[in-house]
Amino acid sequence: MGVAGDARGRASSGLHLEAGPWRQALARRALPYALIAPALIVIVAVLGYPLVNLVWISTQKYGFRELIQHQGVFIGLQNFATILTDPQFLYVIRTSLIFTAVNVGLSMFLATLIALLLERVSRPVRILLSAGLVFVWATPVIPAVNLWQWMFDYEFGVVNWLLTRFGAGDYIHHNWFENPVQGFAVITIIVVWGAIPFLALTLYAGLTQVPRELVEAAEIDGARPWQVFRNVTLPIVRPLFIILFSLSTIWDFGVFNQVWVLLNQRPNKDYFLIAVYSFQESFRVSKYGLGAASAVVMVAILAVVSIFYIRETIRLTNEELR
Amino acid sequence: MRRTTGRIVLDGIAILIVVVMLFPIYWMVSTALKPGKEILSLTPVWVPTHLTFDNFQSAIHVPFFWNDVVNSLIIVTTTVIVSIVLAFLAAAAVARFGFRGRAAFVVMVIAVQMVPLNALVIPIYLLLDRVGQVDSLIGVIAYYMAVVLPFMIWTLRGFVTNVPVDLEEAAMIDGATRIGAFMRIVFPLVAPGLVATAIFGFIQAWNEYIIAYVLLSTSSKQTLTIWLASFTTQHGTDWGGLMAGATLTALPVVVLFLIVQRYVQGSLTAGAVKG
Repeated sequence: MGVAGDARGRASSGLHLEAGPWRQALARRALPYALIAPALIVIVAVLGYPLVNLVWISTQKYGFRELIQHQGVFIGLQNFATILTDPQFLYVIRTSLIFTAVNVGLSMFLATLIALLLERVSRPVRILLSAGLVFVWATPVIPAVNLWQWMFDYEFGVVNWLLTRFGAGDYIHHNWFENPVQGFAVITIIVVWGAIPFLALTLYAGLTQVPRELVEAAEIDGARPWQVFRNVTLPIVRPLFIILFSLSTIWDFGVFNQVWVLLNQRPNKDYFLIAVYSFQESFRVSKYGLGAASAVVMVAILAVVSIFYIRETIRLTNEELR
Repeated sequence: MRRTTGRIVLDGIAILIVVVMLFPIYWMVSTALKPGKEILSLTPVWVPTHLTFDNFQSAIHVPFFWNDVVNSLIIVTTTVIVSIVLAFLAAAAVARFGFRGRAAFVVMVIAVQMVPLNALVIPIYLLLDRVGQVDSLIGVIAYYMAVVLPFMIWTLRGFVTNVPVDLEEAAMIDGATRIGAFMRIVFPLVAPGLVATAIFGFIQAWNEYIIAYVLLSTSSKQTLTIWLASFTTQHGTDWGGLMAGATLTALPVVVLFLIVQRYVQGSLTAGAVKG
């Protein structure tokens, strides 16, 4: 047995030597595929397959009973019909869209201002501001939510004290989560606070790529600061802007952690953003089919945004690869 | 003259922004270090006068703290070690070879990062439930690998591309094999990038919440993030303890992040990575 194995081993290595060039060419061709294969398999198995599966589940009645039997019942598009005529889901969609628009708009606006500011301040202040931003960026989301929860605590929260002290009205024992508009304002602060550092620092890095001479030439020609920004700076950083816009949209439309943890894992219906709704339907009410259908709606909306993102990223990459 | 005044005003605004942005973090850490009386005070105590570690003591004695630290470390370390190897292989292929399907692979790597994880949690739960892997660390690890892989491939691709091909070719002329040249020339040069990418993957996995929350239901199997998120629900509101717990959870991440941030900044726009 051992001997036979040896002989076979020798024979095949001999063959390898004889057919050298041909074998090598094949190996060279196959090598990149062999290199990407493990990563590809993991991504397809763990992300690709569930994504297809999500669509499949969204066409099934998949409740508690089906969970136990590990088998859903095919019902076509009925889940979609159910949620799209459900006033609650339409409220969820509307809330999510408004929430996303406000959050993306605010984060991008403030980040742009800070990036422009970074360009204009003195060196030590610039270092201080970037360091401060990196610190905030580094703070993980769950601890961040907890610390904001404490800041906005109705009894001993420092925000209520500050607002009262500085004459914004009587905020002693003010509960921020009674009124969903105010609650969402708090969530917006958490999201925007967390998003600004990445956006501002990336934009600033992009702004430093704008050639100094172009700006100076425009200034000599009498352009006002706003005109310089609009006509010189903006066109150059436009691809970066599109990328950051789409990334922010994708993040803010999928906000879950902030709502869930801030409201102690029991958000009431007013606070259902689409990701929260889909989670609630699936894991709290055990209507996995409905949850999946709303997740499909979420993925579909985000897929449209992603196209812009992917296109601009590829465009930037090609420039890099030149 | 007007220029300098303008600059002083802008500097002032910038410093104000720093104060506003950092105040919450300061407030978290200072609350964690305050005795209960100073925390629950109707007038905020801005600077803690009686520093104490009591809150940290009570936080780490909340059930399952150490247990969950260990779980987090097991999950995250396994994820990072396996992923960084797979990602490095794939990145080398993308950066060094022209092959059919390369463009498609690159697009997939970018696109896959846009898939909202919150949407996938339903099928992942159901699939793992079917094979009896719910509430097992393996399921979470497999999932985290898929989360960090695309980002890692993308970042490492950048690092490998930055090493001139000439170096490898010179080594090959001197008789090294292709793989030998790659391992001996490219690998040492990208090693810092490799470490930075691995650390970034570590941070991403360490911070992840929803997957671990759904998949790991037994308290003894949960991660530190889950432990922290359910702190309030289980124990009333011990703000000092909660802030101490938050500080402890955030601390390793902040330290690591400060080390690697500048290495990976460039590739971050191409990754749905939010610290």
